[in-house]
Amino acid sequence: MAIDRETVRRVAFLSRLKIDDDKIEDTEEEFNKILNWVEQLNEVNTDNVEPLVSVNDTNLTLRQDEVTEGNQAAAILKNAPQAQYGYFTVPKVVE
Amino acid sequence: MTKLTELTIAQARDALKKKEFSAVELTKAYIDEMNDKRKYNAYVLETPDVALEQAKKSDEKYAHGTDGALEGIPLGIKDLYCTKDIRTTACSHILDGFEPQYESTVTSKLLNAGAGFLGKLNMDEFAMGGSNETSYYGPVVNPWSKDVPLVAGGSSGGSAAAVAANMCAAATGTDTGGSIRQPSAFCGITGIKPTYGRCSRYGIVAFASSLDQAGPMCKDVRDCAIMLNVMSGYDPKDSTSAKVEVPNFESFLNQDIKGLKIGIPSEYRPEGLNAEIAAFWDKGIEMLKARGAEIVNISLPHTKYALPTYYIIAPAEASSNLARYDGLRYGLRVNGEHLDNMYINSRTAGFGTEVKRRIMIGTYVLSAGYYDAYYLKAQKVRRLIRQDFLNAFEKCDIILTPTSPVTAFPIGDESMLENPINMWLNDVFTVSVNLAGLPAMSLPIGLSHDGLPLGLQLIGKAFDEGTIFKTASALEQDAAFRKGLK
Repeated sequence: MAIDRETVRRVAFLSRLKIDDDKIEDTEEEFNKILNWVEQLNEVNTDNVEPLVSVNDTNLTLRQDEVTEGNQAAAILKNAPQAQYGYFTVPKVVE
Repeated sequence: MTKLTELTIAQARDALKKKEFSAVELTKAYIDEMNDKRKYNAYVLETPDVALEQAKKSDEKYAHGTDGALEGIPLGIKDLYCTKDIRTTACSHILDGFEPQYESTVTSKLLNAGAGFLGKLNMDEFAMGGSNETSYYGPVVNPWSKDVPLVAGGSSGGSAAAVAANMCAAATGTDTGGSIRQPSAFCGITGIKPTYGRCSRYGIVAFASSLDQAGPMCKDVRDCAIMLNVMSGYDPKDSTSAKVEVPNFESFLNQDIKGLKIGIPSEYRPEGLNAEIAAFWDKGIEMLKARGAEIVNISLPHTKYALPTYYIIAPAEASSNLARYDGLRYGLRVNGEHLDNMYINSRTAGFGTEVKRRIMIGTYVLSAGYYDAYYLKAQKVRRLIRQDFLNAFEKCDIILTPTSPVTAFPIGDESMLENPINMWLNDVFTVSVNLAGLPAMSLPIGLSHDGLPLGLQLIGKAFDEGTIFKTASALEQDAAFRKGLK
């Protein structure tokens, strides 16, 4: 399935990435090249094959829902590009 | 006399125990080597003060006889591992200046065993690449380069180059589609990707979580065994880490391989396979045969579908894992008028071309209407690829293949840059192993006509690294690669 320019724009927005207008055509072409290549998987008969989500045979284990490493606010904010009053700060969201 | 930096972990540890030299002296020797060899661009951050501080403590431990398994051994750490208070960027602009406030499980195990950290090693951005050329800090130069600078392979290119050029005793790597094994082959060193779940992924920057595994990259097979023993083990902080016993991997070295069944997959010898690589593969087969191993022809019929499967699953997982880089909590922020613009500006400025490409492919294959056609289809083929290995292992104990269809190529190679798929094809022999979750090692077997290292790959059953170590130690002795270096 070939994808068009609009789809490239939509996927870029879903990915929160900006593609310059003069790069859209190249991106579309490259995308289609890659999709064509992965579509060789359609040659494989996968009727009655269960998808493999994880190679681990073990199931996830349950644990008590309790705080194990609390009170880390300072450490968590240490790398924040902007923080104030113990919070991350962001550009204004609500007018 | 052998230079201190040429010693293996095992040799250095024995000499440290006998007080032939101190951990501080050993560490200083590596620091000198790092200073002399900056041209390889292997380190993106050098931490000599940290390493010397650790070495002083190690010398005290040796004096008191309380030394650990890696006491006083200076290591290089791939920049994908979170190291407390030491900058960790995954070689991406988007993690500029990030100093983790916690230590990854694997690096804390190494520290607890007495190892010292010389610095953070260069790699492809977020481990996405096979040549170290996608690093924000520029490509690593392969120490085997002659006239033209060659790639060190990727994504763990800095790790492979640093070990090959004696800029650390050994290094950590990670492997999602071949990122330990291919650079090991390109740089003439030994590296093992253990079984999925063997090493904790906690604190390792995530790329494709169902495929990522940590592993050691070393000067020889014994060092891989020593280091993997320290790195392995169940960790409640990683829900995919396996609750299985960790055997003493060193105990498998030098065991008799008589009667061992070695599987040779016909699909790994496609028409047009580089004749030299095929010849060294045959040489490896002959070496094992001469030691009484039995050669068994096997088939892994879905091999040709492994790469397209990988290039759906890995980008899908990456697009999800990399959603966290939004300029909000850490790393690079590029402001914008609104919140969404801040996300878009930060991510557009912070990610490189290959990472953006994979995020977009991943976003597409997971998006409504395409999920079944691509992602679900790939997961089904993934099961068939794993089943191929399960079937093969009913006939053999271990599988021998080449590691890579090529040797190290020049930095900036036109054909690789022109079409991303050309670069991806280099992982053709390594990627199935990640999809199946199996352990595999690359070890050097010889040099090509133009003097570049070639590697062979040993693939084992799940949690049977032991048979890999047993077989690898036999091949290593017969190939005598390191002896030929002088």
